[in-house]
Amino acid sequence: MTAKAGEPFKFCTRLTLTEVTGRKAYNIGELLEGIKAADDAVIYHHTHRFIKQSHHLVPEGANDFAYWVANTVQADRLGEELTAIDIVRYDSLAALRDAFVGLLERHLAENPGPMRTVAPGREFHFMRAIRFSLPTSCAAVDYPGFIECLRNVSVSSLYLHVFEARLRPPYGVDDFSHWFRTNFNDEVVGREISRLDPYSYTLEGLRQRIIRIIEQRLPEVPRG
Amino acid sequence: MAKIEEYAPAAGRSAIEELKLIASRLKDKTILNVNSTAVGGGVAEILNRMLPLMTELGIKPRWELIKGGEDFYAVTKKFHNALHGTRQELTPADFQLYRDTLSANMQTLNLDADIALIHDPQPAGLIDRKPAGAKWIWRCHIDLSNRQSDVWDFLHGYVSRYDAAVISAPSFSQRLPVKQFQVPPSIDPLADKNKELASEEVAAIMERLKIPLDKPLITQVSRFDRLKDPLGVIEAFKKIQPYVTARLLLVGGSADDDPEGAEVLAEARAAAEGNPDILVLCLPPTSNIEINAIQRASAIILQKSLKEGFGLTVSEALWKGKPVIAGAVGGIPLQITHKYSGILTRTIDGTAYWMKRLLHEPAYAKKLGENGREHVRENFLLTRHLRDYLLLALYLEKGGQDFIHI
Repeated sequence: MTAKAGEPFKFCTRLTLTEVTGRKAYNIGELLEGIKAADDAVIYHHTHRFIKQSHHLVPEGANDFAYWVANTVQADRLGEELTAIDIVRYDSLAALRDAFVGLLERHLAENPGPMRTVAPGREFHFMRAIRFSLPTSCAAVDYPGFIECLRNVSVSSLYLHVFEARLRPPYGVDDFSHWFRTNFNDEVVGREISRLDPYSYTLEGLRQRIIRIIEQRLPEVPRG
Repeated sequence: MAKIEEYAPAAGRSAIEELKLIASRLKDKTILNVNSTAVGGGVAEILNRMLPLMTELGIKPRWELIKGGEDFYAVTKKFHNALHGTRQELTPADFQLYRDTLSANMQTLNLDADIALIHDPQPAGLIDRKPAGAKWIWRCHIDLSNRQSDVWDFLHGYVSRYDAAVISAPSFSQRLPVKQFQVPPSIDPLADKNKELASEEVAAIMERLKIPLDKPLITQVSRFDRLKDPLGVIEAFKKIQPYVTARLLLVGGSADDDPEGAEVLAEARAAAEGNPDILVLCLPPTSNIEINAIQRASAIILQKSLKEGFGLTVSEALWKGKPVIAGAVGGIPLQITHKYSGILTRTIDGTAYWMKRLLHEPAYAKKLGENGREHVRENFLLTRHLRDYLLLALYLEKGGQDFIHI
C-alpha cells in the first residue's frame, strides 16, 4: 500500500432536470406498457430519483413504480415485490427495466381479472431525467484527504459515485472502491465499500458508513 | 436584496457552489423574463428575488412587462380562470383583442435575449416575434389539468412553437409537440415569511396578537375561501376536543374586497362562536413576519384544501420544521410523502384522526417535521428553482442532449 495515489480522486456531482413525458398509467397494465416503452432516462428517473429526493427519510429501498403500486393502486403483494427488486444487482438500466417488465407480466398472467383503475389525479406520470455531471473543487490523493472530501461533498456527489457509477464501465463497481483498489491496491477498503448495499441506507447514513470504513483503515496506511 | 452567499446556511454550501458552476457556463448570456406585473402575485415575487441572484452569478437577466388596457386584462383574467377549470364565455372579439394587444407589445418590447422565459398566458403570443437563434421557454404557473378546451386550443397554437414548456407539477402537463419540464415553485428562506426568528421575537409577536400559548396550537394559514375548507377544519377540531388539550387558530387575510371571502369568514366565526379554544384571526396582507411567528409557535399546521394550485404554504410550514396535515390535492402530494414528511388526508374524519394522533405522539410529529424541512431544503427553496432554470437554459443551449457534462 502506498501513501499517495497515482491518480487523484476528483469528486464530481450529478444534477438532474425533470422532463415530463405526458405518458400516464391508471392501472397496472398501463404501467407495464409504459415501462416497456421507457428509455433509459425514464427508468433512471423512476429508480434513482426516489433515492436522492428522499435520502433523508427512513431507507425505503424503493422506486417510484413500487411506491405507486403499493400506496396508490394498493396492490400490496406486487408493491412489495417491486420494492424488493434489488437495483444493485443490475448493471444496466435496460436490465433493470426487463426486471420490472418480467415481474409485472407475471403478476398480470397470475391475476387475469379486471384491473383496479385509480381515480383521476392519482395516476402514474412517466418522467425522464436529463443528467448533468459537474466537477467539484474536492480532490483527494490520500486517505485523510479522501475522508475530508467525503465529509464535505453534497449528497448528489455521493449519489453519483456510489449509485450511478455501477451503471457505467467498469459495470457494477462504485467509483470509491475502484479508486482504492487501483491506486492503493487496498483490497480491504475496496471490498468493504463494495459490499455495502447503497439502496438500504440513507445517503447520509451511507456517507458516515464509508467514512468509518476508511477511518478504521487509517492506522495501517503508510505515512507519506 | 439577499446575496447568494446568504443562502448557504439554508440551502447548503454545495448548492451554492453548484449554482456558481452552472452559471459560469452561462456567463454573459441574457435571460429575458416577460410577465404581466412587477408587483403582487407569485411570479413577480419570485422574479424580484431571483433576478438579482442571476446578476450576481454573472448572467444578464432582463425583465419586460406586457402592457394592455383593462379590457385586455379582463380577457386574460378569463383565460386564467378558464385554464383553472372555471367555465368562462369567450367571444371571437376577446381572442382578437388578445392578438391585437400582443401585436402592439411586439412593437415596443425589447425581446432581444439568448434565452427567454415567458410567464403564463398573457405574453404567450409574443412567440410571433421570437428572434432567430434565441431559445424561448413558456413557463406556465397554472394548473391546466381541468382547462377549458377553447382557451387551451387557442394558446396551444402559440405554446407549440416554443422550444420548451415548463410546468409546476406533472399532473399539469398537456399534449404538446415540445418538451415539457417540471420546475416546481419555491419559497425564499430569507424572506420575512420564512426567515429564522428568535423565540423571544415569536413570543412577543404572539403576545401582541393576543394568541395564548398555554395549549398546543393547531393552525391553518389561508384565505377565507371555501376551497380551503375552514369549516371542515373547525368540524375536525370539534371532533377531537373531548380527547385533547389544544387550541385551533384559523388565520387569513382581511376579506374586505372579496364578498365571498367575507361570507366564508362570517361562517367560520359563527362556527367558532362560544368555543374559547377556536380562534379566527384576520391579518393585513403585509403580515409576513406575523404569519412566520404564528407558524413557528404552532404544534401542528393544517392545510385542509379541497382544491389547490401548488399550495406553497405547505412548504412554508414544513420549512419551519412543523408537522403538517394537508389535503392530498394539487401540488401538495409533491411536498408531502404521507407518513414520512407529513400527513395527507382526504376527509374531515381523517384530519381529526391525525390531529389527535400527532398531539398524542409528539416524537413522531417531530420526526415528520424534521423530514419535511429536509425535503423542502432539497426541493423547494429558491436556490433549487434558480438551478432548474439555469439547467434548462444549458440544456437548450447544448442542443437538448440527455447527458450533459459541464
